[in-house]
Amino acid sequence: MNKLLDSFSNFTYRNKNFIFLSFLIVPLLWLGIIYLGSLLIFLGHSFFYLDGFTGQIVYEFSFKTLIELFSSPANIDILIRTVGLATCVTIGSAIIGFPIAYYMAKFTSPKVKIFLFIAIMLPLWSSYLVRVYSWKLILAKEGIINWFFEKLNLEWLLDTILSTPVIGGPSLSISYIGMFLVFTYIWLPFMILPIQASLERVPNSLINASHDLGANKRQTFYKVILPLALPGIIAGSIFTFSLTLGDYIIPYIIGTSKFFIGQAVYTHQGTAGNIPLAAAFSLVPIMVMVVYIYLAKKMGAFNAL
Amino acid sequence: MLFRKGAINRLNQAGLGLRFGAIAGLLFLHIPLLLIILYAFTTEDKSYQFPPPGYTLKWFEVVLNRQDIWDAVSLSMRVAITSTFFAIILGTLAAGALYKTSFFGKSSITILIILPIALPGIITGISLRSTFGVLGIPFSTWTIIIGHATFCMVVVYNNVVARLRRTSPNLIQASMDLGANNLQTFFYVILPNMGTAILAGGMLAFALSFDEVIVTTFTSGQQTTLPIWMFSELIRPRQRPITNVVAVFMMFITFIPIVFASYIASKTSESEGATK
Repeated sequence: MNKLLDSFSNFTYRNKNFIFLSFLIVPLLWLGIIYLGSLLIFLGHSFFYLDGFTGQIVYEFSFKTLIELFSSPANIDILIRTVGLATCVTIGSAIIGFPIAYYMAKFTSPKVKIFLFIAIMLPLWSSYLVRVYSWKLILAKEGIINWFFEKLNLEWLLDTILSTPVIGGPSLSISYIGMFLVFTYIWLPFMILPIQASLERVPNSLINASHDLGANKRQTFYKVILPLALPGIIAGSIFTFSLTLGDYIIPYIIGTSKFFIGQAVYTHQGTAGNIPLAAAFSLVPIMVMVVYIYLAKKMGAFNAL
Repeated sequence: MLFRKGAINRLNQAGLGLRFGAIAGLLFLHIPLLLIILYAFTTEDKSYQFPPPGYTLKWFEVVLNRQDIWDAVSLSMRVAITSTFFAIILGTLAAGALYKTSFFGKSSITILIILPIALPGIITGISLRSTFGVLGIPFSTWTIIIGHATFCMVVVYNNVVARLRRTSPNLIQASMDLGANNLQTFFYVILPNMGTAILAGGMLAFALSFDEVIVTTFTSGQQTTLPIWMFSELIRPRQRPITNVVAVFMMFITFIPIVFASYIASKTSESEGATK
């Protein structure tokens, strides 16, 4: 037995790829069959269509469903709304996240940096649902934000914000502002970490040089620091953008009754039984992400990860 | 000289605006978590009134006596432990296979491992659900586990690959030169080196699985995991004080493995496990 094992060991030592690839079989079968198989079958449904009379799926290759997706105004509204919100969330988290990342990268002692690092990881890793729930508490009419505005006698300000068309609504938890806040909160750490990583790599001598050459703080920031942080911002935006595109929990719990892509997918596959249209909707975030990641790669965002 | 000193000071101190921005950002990240803890003690049970009118511990007792919540916790635990087990095996195998070899299609396989966590959960969920439907597989704990193991694999993979890249290949060579066979090399050399990375990856996988709701919605049928219980309360709040307490519990049960994983990572002076 031992001899057999030894000769097998010799064999694998000489043929390294053999043993490496034999490792791969199980995970590859799992991912390839269970996951990729299911995924392709589901997405493939977007080339079938639903018979309007019988409510049955017609398994016949056709672009009907994809045409329906991009021609119905209601569907286009959903797409635009989702992409618009994802864009706002990305910009919002870049603005809120940048100071933390900048401070972490350039102005802290190593100890404080570790502390800040944990402070950013902790919300990222604590329960997603609980974090969404916390905003239900915050945005509620009797919640902390309203209390805060009341204490400062600024109710009129909040009312004005809420009565703004488009972004406003009957209350914070039923408005785009609310959704924007929750999404930004949930994905913010994904933005901070890559920006921090990219700023970490900006040598201090470069900033010194900029100052020595007579640039003031503002000029140094806009001409030196910000361009060098851009790959980090783009890398972070991949997360914030794509995660917002695909989420259906937050629009479900907070926000108006207007649909987002995730909810559209959910409803069409569920009660409506229109799996082809659900699959077609699912293609949109995937396609947007593929294009986005391709462009980001071109701009060097992945060096910042 | 004086000028230089001034310049350095200017560099090493953050401006007031930057400090304010950083502090505001950190508060934005943490106040919601603190509020969750605060609300678990409120005496108010009909609304989310702030500040709470009074404080009490009674909701903790109520939750402890709720069988449905214990059932959900136990299901979530079983799912998380089993999925972590599968994720560790699959992720470690994939890491072992991919870290050093190069062959045609390798990058596609790497993408395939990342894909389940990169794509929106709803797409993964519906895909698995319709496959189970077509194959006539009834929903069970195992259908949840299949979904979870698929997207948990990647965190184990990331951790182990990072460790393998830092481990000297000479160790394996030395072990083999000294006459150890495959199994001996694996158990005496490779595994002790990989142990903490696998453990850290497993911890993250556990936290990821315990908290997952989207894929679970589609693969659980009528079963209620803790996140699903929470989700239904979020849509239609019926038992606010109980939800508050469960929220605190969920927050801490995912904290513990994360803190543990980063402790392991810091002990081995590596920052692996840092990225989700």
